[in-house]
Amino acid sequence: MSQTVTLTIDGAKIEGQPGQMILGAAQEAGIYIPRLCHKDGLTPHGSCRVCTVMVNGRPMSACTTPITEGMVVENDTEQISSLRRDLIDMLFVEGNHFCMFCERSGNCELQALAYRFGITAPKYPYMFPDRDVDATHPDIMIDRHRCILCGRCVRSSQEVDGKNVFQFVGRGEEKRVAVNAEAALADTNVDVTDAAIEACPVGAIIKKRVGYVVPIGKRLYDHKPIGSEIEADGAVTAK
Amino acid sequence: MAKPKIATTSLAGCFGCHMSLLDIDERILALAEIVDFDKSPLDDIKTFTGRCAVGLIEGGCAHEENVEVLRDFRKHCDVLISVGDCAISGGIPAMRNMVPLQECLQEAYVDGPSVHNPAGVPPNDPDIPLMLDKVYPAHEVVKIDYHLPGCPPPADMLWEALVALLNNKPLDLPYELVKYD
Ligand code: SF4
Ligand code: FES
Repeated sequence: MSQTVTLTIDGAKIEGQPGQMILGAAQEAGIYIPRLCHKDGLTPHGSCRVCTVMVNGRPMSACTTPITEGMVVENDTEQISSLRRDLIDMLFVEGNHFCMFCERSGNCELQALAYRFGITAPKYPYMFPDRDVDATHPDIMIDRHRCILCGRCVRSSQEVDGKNVFQFVGRGEEKRVAVNAEAALADTNVDVTDAAIEACPVGAIIKKRVGYVVPIGKRLYDHKPIGSEIEADGAVTAK
Repeated sequence: MAKPKIATTSLAGCFGCHMSLLDIDERILALAEIVDFDKSPLDDIKTFTGRCAVGLIEGGCAHEENVEVLRDFRKHCDVLISVGDCAISGGIPAMRNMVPLQECLQEAYVDGPSVHNPAGVPPNDPDIPLMLDKVYPAHEVVKIDYHLPGCPPPADMLWEALVALLNNKPLDLPYELVKYD
């Protein structure tokens, strides 16, 4: 398809294909739009709002908004950064995120976003919700204290693994990720090699017996902020 | 001119953050050149002797005495810093926050498998500070000016932060130093 759509992001002119979402078009142009519930290859979910950008002056989620000709997008502004910071703060206080002993620390996307935005403490009071752990499966465990309800496991299981292991139940504060079985994770057809297990951005779904294998200093986000791999790509391909 | 003073305390913490401060190694001599230590477990001064430029808080508030000490620090320090994850989020002690206090005490002092307590009730000597309903981060009790996360925060971070603050420079810590673990 030779047809292209031209838009601007923070004043920079970029091109994309019709039907592409803002987040994807930006990414191909080497512009990182922060995201949590979105994972490349999965149907966009539009639930975390971390990818919020201003489109022609209105806040929209970049992962679910298709690009249009002449669209004016703001991504890296103080107004949007403070909005995103608030969302990240809320995700931290709504769950029980004990980074100091979490196996995912250093490779966690929520934590990495907090680092990228320079958060040293959340501005909202901690809620300390009472949640549970499902360690029934021999190779996998769910720690719901850390779940941010992004739905990446739900979509990966359906769209990539061709199964239906995870689903949300309940609403509002009661909402939680449940498993498709009478009792627990061990009773599902989940497998440790499922894409759904890798899809979790935080330490809510983890493989057993591989925690802390990567030493501090060698983990994904120890030295470079999340998104810098996209920004680096862009620097190479932009011109 | 008298040197500015630093005070430090460990509330509901494990002293790991204080160990990290000692981990600045021989730079502690340079620090001693530019500051005096006031109330702190490092020099064992128990009560404030005057106004302090900087107060370092390790640990959150688990009982009433933690709250009193924290308020005393706020009163005496120009700049108050939460040092480490326990001060910032409650940390490991806050793992009890998901369990009602009564149940915690019952398990710890009566029902626990290794408990020997013929009295069969949690201790309630008036000298023992009363537990709070849950563990609170320092900034939910008093105003905190800066947060230095980490478990513990790296010695280099504590050093850079102190040097910047004592020289009236902005606190601009490099990406690598600001971590939650
Ligand atoms: S378990 Fe992980 S992937 Fe699934 S909804 Fe929770 S945070 Fe998202
Ligand atoms: S990444 Fe777009 S709403 Fe979550």
